[in-house]
Amino acid sequence: MSAILQGAGAATALSPFNSIDSNKLVAPSRSSLSVRSKRYIVAGSDGTNNKTFASSSLIARRSDPLIPNAVATKADTAASSTSSKSGHELLLFEALQEGLEEEMDRDPHVCVMGEDVGHYGGSYKVTKGLADKFGDLRVLDTPICENAFTGMGIGAAMTGLRPVIEGMNMGFLLLAFNQISNNCGMLHYTSGGQFTIPVVIRGPGGVGRQLGAEHSQRLESYFQSIPGIQMVACSTPYNAKGLMKAAIRSENPVILFEHVLLYNLKESIPDEDYICNLEEAEMVRPGEHITILTYSRMRYHVMQAAKTLVNKGYDPEVIDIRSLKPFDLHTIGNSVKKTHRVLIVEECMRTGGIGASLTAAINENFHDYLDAPVMCLSSQDVPTPYAGTLEEWTVVQPAQIVTAVEQLCQ
Amino acid sequence: MAIWFARSRNLVSSLRHNLCTSTILIKRDYSHRPVLTTSHQLPSTVFSSPFVASLLRHESTAVEKQPDELVLHSDDQEEALQELDFPGGKVGYTSEMKFIPESSSRRVPCYRVLDEDGRIIPDNDFVPVKEKLAVRMYEQMATLQVMDHIFYEAQRQGRISFYLTSVGEEAINIASAAALSPDDIVLPQYREPGVLLWRGFTLEEFANQCFGNKADYGKGRQMPIHYGSNRLNYFTISSPIATQLPQAAGVGYSLKMEKKNACAVTFIGDGGTSEGDFHAGLNFAAVMEAPVVFICRNNGWAISTHISEQFRSDGIVVKGQAYGIRSIRVDGNDALAVYSAVRSAREMAVTEQRPVLIEAMTYRVGHHSTSDDSTKYRAADEIQYWKMSRNPVNRFRKWVEDNGWWSEEDESKLRSNARKQLLQAIQAAEKWEKQPLTELFNDVYDVKPKNLEEQELGLKELVEKQPQEYPPGFHV
Repeated sequence: MSAILQGAGAATALSPFNSIDSNKLVAPSRSSLSVRSKRYIVAGSDGTNNKTFASSSLIARRSDPLIPNAVATKADTAASSTSSKSGHELLLFEALQEGLEEEMDRDPHVCVMGEDVGHYGGSYKVTKGLADKFGDLRVLDTPICENAFTGMGIGAAMTGLRPVIEGMNMGFLLLAFNQISNNCGMLHYTSGGQFTIPVVIRGPGGVGRQLGAEHSQRLESYFQSIPGIQMVACSTPYNAKGLMKAAIRSENPVILFEHVLLYNLKESIPDEDYICNLEEAEMVRPGEHITILTYSRMRYHVMQAAKTLVNKGYDPEVIDIRSLKPFDLHTIGNSVKKTHRVLIVEECMRTGGIGASLTAAINENFHDYLDAPVMCLSSQDVPTPYAGTLEEWTVVQPAQIVTAVEQLCQ
Repeated sequence: MAIWFARSRNLVSSLRHNLCTSTILIKRDYSHRPVLTTSHQLPSTVFSSPFVASLLRHESTAVEKQPDELVLHSDDQEEALQELDFPGGKVGYTSEMKFIPESSSRRVPCYRVLDEDGRIIPDNDFVPVKEKLAVRMYEQMATLQVMDHIFYEAQRQGRISFYLTSVGEEAINIASAAALSPDDIVLPQYREPGVLLWRGFTLEEFANQCFGNKADYGKGRQMPIHYGSNRLNYFTISSPIATQLPQAAGVGYSLKMEKKNACAVTFIGDGGTSEGDFHAGLNFAAVMEAPVVFICRNNGWAISTHISEQFRSDGIVVKGQAYGIRSIRVDGNDALAVYSAVRSAREMAVTEQRPVLIEAMTYRVGHHSTSDDSTKYRAADEIQYWKMSRNPVNRFRKWVEDNGWWSEEDESKLRSNARKQLLQAIQAAEKWEKQPLTELFNDVYDVKPKNLEEQELGLKELVEKQPQEYPPGFHV
């Protein structure tokens, strides 16, 4: 009923980002302005070892006050890009653990609950060592009932704690859907603002290595419609730690999507305290010809395809959207206005996935800037099969991405 | 006489052997009584000290220390000494294959203090209630009755869209609230407005929520009767059944972490115990050793589903032991019994850091809600019987009157005042303006995000362009 305005028009008027004209960002790793290049080893995510990618990522604001507006953070990046020459290298799951531990040190109200998160350290070791440090009550091993411990987290949050609820696999959180939709997302609203629910719900999701259909769910499709929650997806150790910390500090319920195959990514991250803005997308590789929007594991497939594309003479702009709800239409809009072509690469199913919503949002808001229809590469509408070859074909592969770009750029 | 005692002891022991679930026999220990009858009404601050708690400990808890016997080792004393080691501890074995029967030959008895005529049953075990508290309890029960009646009528007149009464459950509502401290956090289901009334929610505040006007603390976002008040430690009611039970475990967890002298108290009906969240909430609270008091209002009906179609167990109280939770069955229409039980349960929960389950037996006299006509599935004379002969308000009134604390005159004054106040509250709430359009988009998040700002702007423009399409008084 209500028309969504061409909101990007209103937003860009405010944006200092305009001053950083993307024409200046020619080669990906040589930009002097708001991007900094990083090299990191992708360990085992594609079954191939020792692939190195040059990638660039924005450094978010380092200071504590969290500014929700994606625009404001860009102003600081020039100043902060001279920071942290030193840093330390770690794996993505360690980055998550570091972020969680730092927040638990900082605020005694932060607690963790989930199955096997205590002395076992979590099924993906994200909570390793925390029970020893903070005790059995603050890092709580729960019986097996997702609806129960999610509900428990909500009740605890309404009385002042800041729980981090771990689903052993995102797919299991389908059992917690009632609590997440009817209570977590709603109670702040229906209570007239009297009760806040600052929970973080996190866990690994996505298609792994032959884990079968029930363990390969993409919950972001199902949750994206729930009003009152925020969703973010991490993809690098840097943004994993930053998003974890930001999510814990947020007053809203945040769902943090991790990916089963990305936990062993290694990267060097800054020593000092930093957070990543929850509503902000990440510019992975600036370019001119086409905007490729992706998130989580597909980012790596896209970057692999990007290598091939560059060799073929294309200049793709790759954006890791990171914020799944709400979309960072500001960053995305600016990119669309520059390249006029959009390809979305996701792991969700074709029907009702993040890509479907993003396609609709881009068409509604940036229709005038498009030279070609928005293309979306997603998984087929099938349960994820166990057999390795079949599983591989349900996930978007770099070759498909290359073909799609070639098609769009004709 | 002696022979009779000896025989009865054997009878009892063989009864216990044959009873296949442990029964909590409420033994009367006369040695404790002098302490109870002389203790005076304690203010809540004093009440919470462990010393006082031990004074008020009741026999039902002492009994609990007796080893509960499941019938399996009926005649093999020696075999009981041979034990097997399994995860979970040592367990004795038997070579006799015996199934635990699905039900006990005798149902768990119900704790009551007042008989049907409002007289204290002799040799009783209860927390005494002095005049001031008793009168206040009665007044609130009567006020709740008047409130239910008038709001129900208001719905029938079309002035509010929906209402849900607590008729027949006034004792549970008020007596449980009276037994708690204001710091105890209440997670209601939806048939417990009396708890909020006790804590100080005014009739005007109730009316405002039902009308969803600008003064409603919920800002017009929830159906009528979905009250909530963070100030009074009463969580906003959420429609889905039983979701509050795991949340109560979470509240208990939070209170335990912060070592607060308070507990979580949550309510559920007989029907709600079928939900998975009931199992989950109780199990978690037990494992976490969280200070939670679970109060189940077994009122016989879940809309049109009678309890015989809801579960096959002996009510809810027997389920407590399945989770390792101490439990009691109480006459929910007996205000003094409910008061004693909740008071003791609360004390146990806080001092021993454990959950407690109370099953309060009662009857849902009213319809499920204004969307229901219960005469369609139950006999009108059944309803009438419970309404007249088993009325908890009348029963308590008799006791209060017999003590000389209440008169006919007080009664008519209270009821007419309450009625007048309610009618005024309704009239005022009805006239009060409704929420502006901005409240549609506030509080979804702490700070309104871009997409909601856009949507709000879009809607605003639409309304301003065609104001005649919207009801008068609808403002942005």
